[in-house]
Amino acid sequence: MVIGLLLSADSEVDFMIHGIFSYNFFGHEVWITTSHVCLLIVLLTLMVFLFIAGRVMKHATEVPQGFQNVVELIAESLDKMVDSTMGKNGKNFRNYIGTIFIFILFSNISGLLGLRAPTADYGTTLPLGIATFTLIFVNKIRYQKVSGFLKGLMDPWPFWMPINIIGDVAVPISLSLRLFANVLSGTVMMALVYGLLSKIAFFWPAALHVYFDLFSGAIQTYVFCMLTMTYLSDAMTTE
Amino acid sequence: MEFNTEFIKGCSAIGAGLALIAGIGPGVGQGIAAGHAASAVGRNPGAKGDVTSTMLLGQAVAETTGLYGLLVGMILLFVQPLAK
Repeated sequence: MVIGLLLSADSEVDFMIHGIFSYNFFGHEVWITTSHVCLLIVLLTLMVFLFIAGRVMKHATEVPQGFQNVVELIAESLDKMVDSTMGKNGKNFRNYIGTIFIFILFSNISGLLGLRAPTADYGTTLPLGIATFTLIFVNKIRYQKVSGFLKGLMDPWPFWMPINIIGDVAVPISLSLRLFANVLSGTVMMALVYGLLSKIAFFWPAALHVYFDLFSGAIQTYVFCMLTMTYLSDAMTTE
Repeated sequence: MEFNTEFIKGCSAIGAGLALIAGIGPGVGQGIAAGHAASAVGRNPGAKGDVTSTMLLGQAVAETTGLYGLLVGMILLFVQPLAK
């Protein structure tokens, strides 16, 4: 919980994660932070939405109307995105891609609603990257078998293996860092505008919000999912 | 040789500024990508959607190196690992 000294010494610039209360977890001091609270709010919103969507789809009518239209539109466009990128393999990954798409999108947009975006915390994006990495690894083993996996590691020559391993391990790190840094840069920019220019910050920060929260957030969501799908279909190609 | 904390903080700020020079590369790269995408759309206006999504994906990946520079700058400014 080190608050930066240089910028926040004489102004109200504040974009750090704050601890709300700490508790003792088997001898470690563990903090419940604003990230946890914002994450919880995002998850609750999504759960309420999904609950209502489930109720609506249970009583679905032949000709969709009202809320059913919205739900079908979301599901169909996500399915179309997965299918157009992954081809015939895409069927099994609609769940995963759709889930992380909706979650990351809502997290990024939540900056617009006054929360500190949960994805601007590396503790949120790294698990997403690791989940993707695990999925890639499992599918590589499943489709290429262990022999194909080892052959892929020693691709041009056997002594190239360390570099291939580094390249594999870099995937989740670069995925998560890209998302984290993009959202963090938006958060920092908005904090700077509201902190340093608070005297003249009327109306025009809305345009910045549209760029940093909506546009950048949507693009990064799309990129995260596209890269996940690209890596996955790469892992599933058998030679 | 011992330096006092204020000196190290000042040097950290200079280092953060230098780290953000990394922003030049992605700027140039994204500009090139956008230019080529514009000419591709000019040649084949029907493929505008595909070209745009490919361009955005490439640009977002190209942006990564600049963001690493940003992260280094942010860590130098706010976490201040050298001044501890």
